[in-house]
Amino acid sequence: MRILIKGGRVIDPANAVDEILDLLIEDGKIIRINPPTPPLQKGGTGGFDVRGTDAPETRKTKGARAEKNAEPAWSVDRVMDATGLVVCPGLIDMHVHLRQPGREDKETIASGTMAAARGGFTAVCCMPNTDPVNDTRAVTEFILDAAKREGAVQVYPVGAITKGMKGEELAEIGELFEAGCVAISDDGRPVMSAELMRRAMEYAAMFDLPVIQHSEDLHLSGRGVVHEGFVSTDLGLHGIPSASEAVMVARDILLAELTGARLHIAHVSAAESVRLIREAKTRGVRVSCEVTPHHLALTEEAVRGFHADAKMNPPLRSEADRQALLEGLRDGAIDAIATDHAPHTVQEKEQEFDQAPFGVIGLETALAVTLTTLVHPGVLTLSQAIGKLTSEPARILKLPKGRIAEGADADLTIIDPNRDWTVDPSAFASKSRNTPFAGWRLRGGAVATLVGGKVVWEALR
Amino acid sequence: MGLAGKDLLSMRELTVDEIRLILDTAESMKEVARRDIKKVPALRGKTLINLFYEPSTRTRTSFEIAGKWLSADVINISISSSSVAKGESLKDTGLTLQAMHPDIVVIRHPSAGAAEFLAKRLAASIINAGDGAHEHPSQALLDLFTIREKVGRLEGLKVAIIGDIAHSRVARSNIHGMQKMGMEVRVAGPRTMLPRFIERLGVEVFTSLDRAIAEVDVIMMLRLQTERQQAGLFPSLREYSRLFGLTVERLKAAQSNVLIMHPGPINRGVEIAPDVADGPYSLILNQVENGLAVRMALLYLLAGGGQTG
Repeated sequence: MRILIKGGRVIDPANAVDEILDLLIEDGKIIRINPPTPPLQKGGTGGFDVRGTDAPETRKTKGARAEKNAEPAWSVDRVMDATGLVVCPGLIDMHVHLRQPGREDKETIASGTMAAARGGFTAVCCMPNTDPVNDTRAVTEFILDAAKREGAVQVYPVGAITKGMKGEELAEIGELFEAGCVAISDDGRPVMSAELMRRAMEYAAMFDLPVIQHSEDLHLSGRGVVHEGFVSTDLGLHGIPSASEAVMVARDILLAELTGARLHIAHVSAAESVRLIREAKTRGVRVSCEVTPHHLALTEEAVRGFHADAKMNPPLRSEADRQALLEGLRDGAIDAIATDHAPHTVQEKEQEFDQAPFGVIGLETALAVTLTTLVHPGVLTLSQAIGKLTSEPARILKLPKGRIAEGADADLTIIDPNRDWTVDPSAFASKSRNTPFAGWRLRGGAVATLVGGKVVWEALR
Repeated sequence: MGLAGKDLLSMRELTVDEIRLILDTAESMKEVARRDIKKVPALRGKTLINLFYEPSTRTRTSFEIAGKWLSADVINISISSSSVAKGESLKDTGLTLQAMHPDIVVIRHPSAGAAEFLAKRLAASIINAGDGAHEHPSQALLDLFTIREKVGRLEGLKVAIIGDIAHSRVARSNIHGMQKMGMEVRVAGPRTMLPRFIERLGVEVFTSLDRAIAEVDVIMMLRLQTERQQAGLFPSLREYSRLFGLTVERLKAAQSNVLIMHPGPINRGVEIAPDVADGPYSLILNQVENGLAVRMALLYLLAGGGQTG
């Protein structure tokens, strides 16, 4: 199967590419990148010769290298006309919850990866808070096997830091690494013991594995369910102060300095945290961080009306915090955009606000929310935004992904940056509906997703 | 005129005219309460359900008596908080009640937003009788009624609300209601019990009782939940009482005719000294009595009373 993606604006932040190029794909790889060719029209095919699969040239010659100078003797099975569209490395979501094993009523590897594909993601990193917890090779292998069988996109598991994510003893991090885990994290349960966190960092550093922390001082958060700010005061809801996050960010930065380990702060939400991370980076501490689309697009005000679909942890914070997140994205203090896709059933969310579980889904809206709230208003260039969703997560997790090059995996996303659409949760591929963006008019989104050269989802024409 | 909404969820959403209407209607209801035979047929054939997820004596009884004096059929449902977690969801309880066609459901619930949650799902009128630390509008209305009855007006009066503002739905409802009626509101309490950004509600904030009560017309003391001590919000009842308890001695800092209020139940000797609670300027029992009239007015208005045409 040979696919030609033709006439698209190829944006590859890793290589500082932003130009109209044709991409030829075969056997799961990008085999040729050609300069722009005349627009596709009947009878004209530009640099590539479009013929049937039975074209003799195809049969005779195999492999990109051999054919490199054999133009125009190319035949392709399918031409994807990307004129007016953006072609970029497949998006990578470094923070999702696929719920399998254990809570298949909320999401499965099949449904979650299909949601990813529809959202333009070609790879996701799944957090270990499954049941059982991904704290052993067996669970990691189960996830990888299931992903191979049923997954629409690439799945990279994140292993637990501690056994059962209990914060007591280290998990078998070496074996998790060997089994294929790309990072370790106790996910929603911050490692509260500074001593244990120190040991986890030292240990993980042997494998150069990033330690991902959900930064939260549980004592400071207490019974909090929303950001501690004017809205929490107004609504009489228990607040989670920004300091709850920032205190842990500060502590872990110091521990990363002590150990030389790689620290990744999940879903940064508070201005104070951005400040601390920015300052640590200037000192050369090996710290990176991600931010979610919902923290970039929404503030604590979204909670008014006691909307449980605006309840997540860390909570939506103030407008000043949101502005600090935008600034952090612009100046590089914040490396990546990740969804923290957290599916919950309707009945769980349809409860009293303080009873409903934390978390929102994001795979099917992340790109569109990013384009609508960051790119179209000019906060980030399209190339910068794509970098936060591709090359940056790939760099942090050392994934062989996130770039466009001859010989690279053909994990590609085709984006229509201007497509207007309305978020309708009932149309989601995800099993869950808990999005704060229901009914939003968004501009832009993925129109095709290719993983390993295969079109796993498309809405082209 | 009547009330614009189907429900009474918060003081925030009421207009000045609606508050006046409720207070004026409560005046005529108070007349009923003083009759020998306290029964009018206004709500005959209507069903009132008191749905209480928190223990309550005065509010539940007050709504029950108010409903009965108006000839409504009143049903009380008490659900202990402990059974909420394992029991039926609020949604299902609401839908079950809905199938019994109540006209009015009065709900008290430990979760902020619970009344609004029910209001969105039920055709019945919902009265919020306290949702977490959010609002308790009927309390604020009876407080306004009591002050207006005593002073003859609300506009221009100054009030100090003292105590655990952070956890108080009474404080929130009164702040909204009093400000709408032209009153100036101060709040005071230990710094640990003053929620952040409370000043953005337009109140003046104090951590000194003496300074807060100087020059005010009304002092409203809030009940101290003693379990806040375990949560680290104050060191001891002794110290709380020393700093924020209202005693005859402390009252010297206030105007001599200052009115004293408390939503009850009171902790005698903690936030309020017995001789203050029982003193000449205490309106605590007036508040209870007026609660009946105000709740009769609410039930009457929400059941369609006062609508013209």
